[in-house]
Amino acid sequence: MAIFSVYVVNKAGGLIYQYDNYVPRTEVEKTFSFPLDIVLKIHDEKVLVSFGQRDGIRVGHAVLSINGVDVNGKYTAEGKEIVEYLKDPANYPVSIRFGRARLTSNEKLMLASMFHSLFAIGSQLSPEVGSSGIEMLETDVFKLHCFQTLTGIKFIILADPRQTGVDALLRKIYEIYSDFALKNPFYSLEMPIRCELFDQNLKSALEVAEKAGTFGTGS
Amino acid sequence: MTVYNLYIFDRNGICLHYSEWNRKKQAGISKEEEFKLMYGMLFSIRSFVSKMSPLDMKDGFVSFQTSRYKLHYYETPTGIKVVMNTDLGVPNCRDVLHQIYSTVYVECIVKNPLCELGGTLQSELFSSRLDSFIRALPFFSVRAA
Repeated sequence: MAIFSVYVVNKAGGLIYQYDNYVPRTEVEKTFSFPLDIVLKIHDEKVLVSFGQRDGIRVGHAVLSINGVDVNGKYTAEGKEIVEYLKDPANYPVSIRFGRARLTSNEKLMLASMFHSLFAIGSQLSPEVGSSGIEMLETDVFKLHCFQTLTGIKFIILADPRQTGVDALLRKIYEIYSDFALKNPFYSLEMPIRCELFDQNLKSALEVAEKAGTFGTGS
Repeated sequence: MTVYNLYIFDRNGICLHYSEWNRKKQAGISKEEEFKLMYGMLFSIRSFVSKMSPLDMKDGFVSFQTSRYKLHYYETPTGIKVVMNTDLGVPNCRDVLHQIYSTVYVECIVKNPLCELGGTLQSELFSSRLDSFIRALPFFSVRAA
C-alpha cells in the first residue's frame, strides 16, 4: 500500500503544488569495461538505455551517475557529453548507475497541463450524456485518481492499485487546501502553494491514509 | 451494464474498425475527427503514463473511468489497439479485448488473404463475428437499446 505523489493543478492547467511521497527503488549500479555492451540514446535531454537489457538494467532507464558522481542531464558533472565520455577507452573501467529518470520540475509542469487537456478530451469523447473528465486512470503499477472541485482545481493522487480510500483522501486534501492555503492571507489564488501548514497537514493526511487505507467520512 | 462502442486502431493511428451498440451521445464532430481525437488522446495517455509511473511498467495503461463511462484499452506488441467503452459496472476487460484480437481479428483478418492490411476493414464476416462476440458478453445487456 502506498501513495506515490500528489499534484494540484489550477483551473488553467498550471501546476501549483507537487509532492513526491516515495523513494525510487529500481536503481542499479554496475562497473563496465570497454566497450560498453549497452546501447544508449539521448531522449529529452537524458541518456536512456535503448538496447541491451540485463541485470536489472531495463530499456528506458536513464544514466543517473558515473563513478558515483550524479550526471546533469546529458552531461557529466564536468560538463562533457556522456555519450562522448563513454566512447573514450581511457575512461574505463567505469561504474554507471542506472534507474528510472526522476522527473524534473519542468516535466512535472508539462505533465500536469497534459493531464488537464486529457481530462477535457475524456469528457468530450464520452458515449454518455453529462460525463465528467477522467476520474481514475489505471495502469498495472499505479492508479491515478483525480478530483475536480466546482471551482476547477484538480487534485491528483498517484497511488498503488490496491490502495483504498483515495477518494476520501482527495476530499481531505481539498479540505486542507481550503483551510491552510485559501485562508492564508499571503496566498494568492492560482499561484503555487507555498504554505508550511499546508505541507505539514498534507503529509500527515498521507501518512494516515497509508496506514489505515480508509478515512472516516467526518474527518 | 452495457457496451457503448469499440474502436480498433492500427499502429499508424488509422481506425481499422468502429462499431457502436448502446451509445447515447455523439461527440459532435465527424467520425474521422473523432477517431483522430481518440487516437491522439490514447497516444498522449500512453506517453503521460510512462513518464508519470514511479516504477517500471509491464502492460502500461489499462483503463480509465469518468463519472459516466469506462474506457478499456488493450495493445498488442504489433501496435494494434483495441478500445472499448462500457459503463462503470464492468470489471477489468483485458482478457475480453485480447480475445477480440485473437479470436476475431486474427481469425477473420490476419488469416484472410483477401483482407488488405493498413486500411479500414471491410470484411463482413469480421463485423458480424465481432457483433455477435460483443452481444454474447455477460455484461452486454440491451438496457435501453
